[in-house]
Amino acid sequence: MQASSAISEKTTSGSWGGGEKPLVAGYGKLMMWWFIVSDALTFSGFLVAYGFSRFKNIDSWPIADEVFTHFPFLHGVDAPMYYVALMTFILIFSSVTMVLAVDAGHHNNKNRVAFYMLLTIIGGAVFVGSQAWEWKNFIKGEYGAVELQTGKILQFYDLEKNKRIPIDEFAVSLTQERLTHEDNVGLWYVEESKLPEITLDEVLEGFNRNPNITVRLEAIDEKGKKIILNREEAESTISSATRVVKGANLYRNEYGNPLFADFFFFITGFHGFHVFSGVIINIIIFINVLLGTYEKRGHYDMVEKVGLYWHFVDLVWVFVFTFFYLV
Amino acid sequence: MAEHLHKLEIFRGLIKFKSNQQKIWGVLIFLSIVTAVEVALGILKPEILLNKFLGLKLINWMFIIMTIIKAYYITWDFMHIRDEKSFLKNTIVVPLLILIPFLLFILLVEGSYIFDVMLGGFKSWNF
Repeated sequence: MQASSAISEKTTSGSWGGGEKPLVAGYGKLMMWWFIVSDALTFSGFLVAYGFSRFKNIDSWPIADEVFTHFPFLHGVDAPMYYVALMTFILIFSSVTMVLAVDAGHHNNKNRVAFYMLLTIIGGAVFVGSQAWEWKNFIKGEYGAVELQTGKILQFYDLEKNKRIPIDEFAVSLTQERLTHEDNVGLWYVEESKLPEITLDEVLEGFNRNPNITVRLEAIDEKGKKIILNREEAESTISSATRVVKGANLYRNEYGNPLFADFFFFITGFHGFHVFSGVIINIIIFINVLLGTYEKRGHYDMVEKVGLYWHFVDLVWVFVFTFFYLV
Repeated sequence: MAEHLHKLEIFRGLIKFKSNQQKIWGVLIFLSIVTAVEVALGILKPEILLNKFLGLKLINWMFIIMTIIKAYYITWDFMHIRDEKSFLKNTIVVPLLILIPFLLFILLVEGSYIFDVMLGGFKSWNF
């Protein structure tokens, strides 16, 4: 009897009595940190897988500068990377407003916490919107290309102007009888994907009539530039073309290797989902700040925890930006 | 509140800020400069930086180093790792520093190996 009471006294007093914080951080904050560690490893797995595929196709990977060239309201202007740079800046800035909100929380200043949280939410929403716009441009495509029997992509190049030429600029429109098969006018159990607006025959006819047009391969030279064939080589290569490709989906894209689009959709999509959920969590915390929940509680630790998540999203973007757009 | 004391100097004490808010703006300016340099290099692509160094183009090494610098300042100042106990700091940073280079090493080496097989062999396919 005496012994057991001695033990219980020992285990309930001092350091064993609970309430100690060896890491000087609450449990919620620690859990958020370790979630971030695991999520960081998930993202590294994705980015390293991208690196693997890229090293495996080191001589034919699409060139990001040629893919992401759009800027809002500047239609047709070749603006590589400016828009992604702006998106990066928006995300870093929303990270800053988040730190300022956390800082205001340490001073228990409710109005300033609310104000900075609101700015953070706006920044996040602008970023998600920008990403959607990037996806739209990527899916829609710009120049168009043809796919060969081998699955490789051929892009068209104007030898006179020394730049790429979109297929709709040189394709000759031919009258055509072929319509997309729909189940209400024929065999209902046969499906067909939508026919392209410009058919392969039209592209090939346009190619034959314009001797100054040649093709660019997926393959790149030592300088990192796409290899451009001369006209005779182009004529023999294009004879095995099987279809016109415009834009991108998970199976093929006009930029080159299908894996490029697959990783683009998957990694930026997964990151965009993180940003989206971050915005939702920020809105919940923002409402709680307005309701005075944390003021009653006496501390703004919750703001700090969502802050950590939000910065992590920014951190991941810094890496995605480097490996998808720069390297 | 002892938890909220901030270490206010960055660059190993080269710059010391008067308040935490000032430090936040200072770090933002630094991160913006690094991003601007990255974008400028990405657009200009100076010929001299396109030479290979240790398997990668010089310019890509610069991008990667600048990215790691940015990551350091985001975690250290925005996520307040600088102000945490060193034990907490290490439980977060050390696993990542061990596991990520490990993963990178294995997959990138294997990726280039498969590239060589495809190049030298008589098969080519997409997987």
